[in-house]
Amino acid sequence: MIALLIRDLRLAFRAGGGFGLGLAFFLILVVLVPFSVGPQSALLSSIAPGVLWLGALLACLLSLDRLLALDFEDGTLDVLASAPLPLEAALAVKGFAHWITTGLPLVIAAPFLGVLLNLPPEGFGWLVISLMLGTPALSMIGCFGAALTVGIKRGGLLMSLLVLPLYVPTLIFGAEAARRGAIGMDVETPLFLLAGISLGSLALLPFAAAAALRMTIR
Amino acid sequence: MELRLSDIAVARGGVPVLSGVSFTLTAGAAMILRGPNGSGKTTLLRTIVGLQPPLAGKIEGAADTVAYAGHADGLKAMLSVAENLTFWAAVYGRRDIDAALEAYALAPLADRLAGTLSAGQKRRAGLARLMVTGRPIWVLDEPTVSLDVDAVKLFADAVRAHLRAGGMALLATHIDLGLTDAQVLDVTPLRAAPTALHGASDEAFL
Amino acid sequence: MSIWKYANPVKFLALSARVQPFAWAAAAIGIIVGLGWGFFATPDDFRQGSTIKIIYIHVPAAWIAINAWIMMLIASLIWLVRRHHVSALAAKAAAPVGLVMTVIGLVTGAVWGQPMWGTWWAWDPRLTSFLILFLFYLGYIALWEAVEDPDTAADLTSVLCLVGSVFALMSRYAVLFWSQGLHQGATLSLDKEENISDVFWQPLVLSIAGFTLLFLALVLYRTGTEIALRRTRALNVRLDKTT
Repeated sequence: MIALLIRDLRLAFRAGGGFGLGLAFFLILVVLVPFSVGPQSALLSSIAPGVLWLGALLACLLSLDRLLALDFEDGTLDVLASAPLPLEAALAVKGFAHWITTGLPLVIAAPFLGVLLNLPPEGFGWLVISLMLGTPALSMIGCFGAALTVGIKRGGLLMSLLVLPLYVPTLIFGAEAARRGAIGMDVETPLFLLAGISLGSLALLPFAAAAALRMTIR
Repeated sequence: MELRLSDIAVARGGVPVLSGVSFTLTAGAAMILRGPNGSGKTTLLRTIVGLQPPLAGKIEGAADTVAYAGHADGLKAMLSVAENLTFWAAVYGRRDIDAALEAYALAPLADRLAGTLSAGQKRRAGLARLMVTGRPIWVLDEPTVSLDVDAVKLFADAVRAHLRAGGMALLATHIDLGLTDAQVLDVTPLRAAPTALHGASDEAFL
Repeated sequence: MSIWKYANPVKFLALSARVQPFAWAAAAIGIIVGLGWGFFATPDDFRQGSTIKIIYIHVPAAWIAINAWIMMLIASLIWLVRRHHVSALAAKAAAPVGLVMTVIGLVTGAVWGQPMWGTWWAWDPRLTSFLILFLFYLGYIALWEAVEDPDTAADLTSVLCLVGSVFALMSRYAVLFWSQGLHQGATLSLDKEENISDVFWQPLVLSIAGFTLLFLALVLYRTGTEIALRRTRALNVRLDKTT
């Protein structure tokens, strides 16, 4: 399992691995927001938590189609499916590797982009905490979506269509926690619910993803 | 240790392609599958490896003993040959890749990125992967594609060494590898006749 | 004799052919009488005026939109556990009906909401939930269309339906948490105090029954079409093999 994690991380950091693309996308998206809604700082500061959450979500989505498609094309998935490592564990590891290479950088970058959007000072901590708790769910749900669509030619768009509705609860609780944090309200409930979704996704979705993947490569 | 297939039927896209496949492979033995393109050799191999369920029949002795090399090599272009092999060895809980590098004359290429290899070199690295798994039964689908004469010889030697050590090999190939003791199974007579389509997943619709 | 014998396409089609005329007729009667009664023979609401009458379409459509998904969930489970093709095809057949009903529910809701709330659309929890349901239907149908092998498509859509149901339920509660709504409380509930008066209630129940029967008839009909398509495909595959 650790070997798979190391391999995925190494692949992501090598040239052409796509590391940093999600981050760059996140940056550009956040820069475009003031152009589309205007530069009024009051407006920006009230929408900042939501924009940052949505940006992180889209950046996460962007890199999902590479999560399994490359391994499918070069035959790695066939071998993994017949290897001693359970496919459920392999997919959980791949989801985790995706989080480290995509989710974690977004969490770290978010406060800096928060400055651009005039995020209120008390919101920074809660923004980071909510992203930290929520992005693992985004990666795992994405892993499930990738497993569903990996055998389909040009499945990327279809995957977005399948994954985005599944992102709704995570986005609602995550952005709500960040928003409440920014205006000094109580954040406990949405944070707990968000953590619940993440833990539930981590515990159960590898099984659904492995089931879907076995159906695809059959 | 043996691989035993009893009355296996396999399907591709829900339609049976082979039926009544029975054979036993004992330690140290090799079997070569022959048959025209599309006759179901690949499907049979994938079924034995466990990537798809058989329509009928029983496969014994394949659980946790087979290593599969299909049409794709399972190599990552951005990792070196050694890194690729080390990864696969680790997946199978092993460490040593030197014997495999040696057997396929890959030692000089060990630090090259797999993406920069020629098709034949890539294939050799893909076949070397079987050696690092430490599994006794090798299941190979057209292993000699894009290999030159020397490389084919390397491969045949590797298979012979594997058999001598008590391993087994199941190959679908059209090339004569000089494995003189190997049993040959021609799947052509086992092809499922269009009229005898029992077990097809869409049978209920007829 | 068990219900599973209708998992055989031929037996299912025979049963479907016998049931369908009654289902269509009963659906037509239910809807015509229910809507006619509701539109022309009930008084206007003292507060909402004649706009109340849209509930005779709005509520049944919403009812079907939710229950179609539940039916698809059950059919998907049956397919995954027992591998009955008719079940998978019935789920496939129900999805577009559910999608259309969701759209009808949303559109009638907007038309009703305009005079009542003064806006076509509000991010009210229930409206939002239906919008999310609409997206789930879209994804489900798109996945069916995208996968070439019909059995794999049935497998994958079933898994999506299962996982999607869990997430749809979570979305429902997430949305409730996220916005306090404008929507009136339950239109029909066992608690008589909250119910709308009998005058509106009776035609509404008739209309809901009519819509449900219409759903049944449509799903039977569409499942028949799907079975015919699978049969054509199965025969074609064999023709290719012989040549």
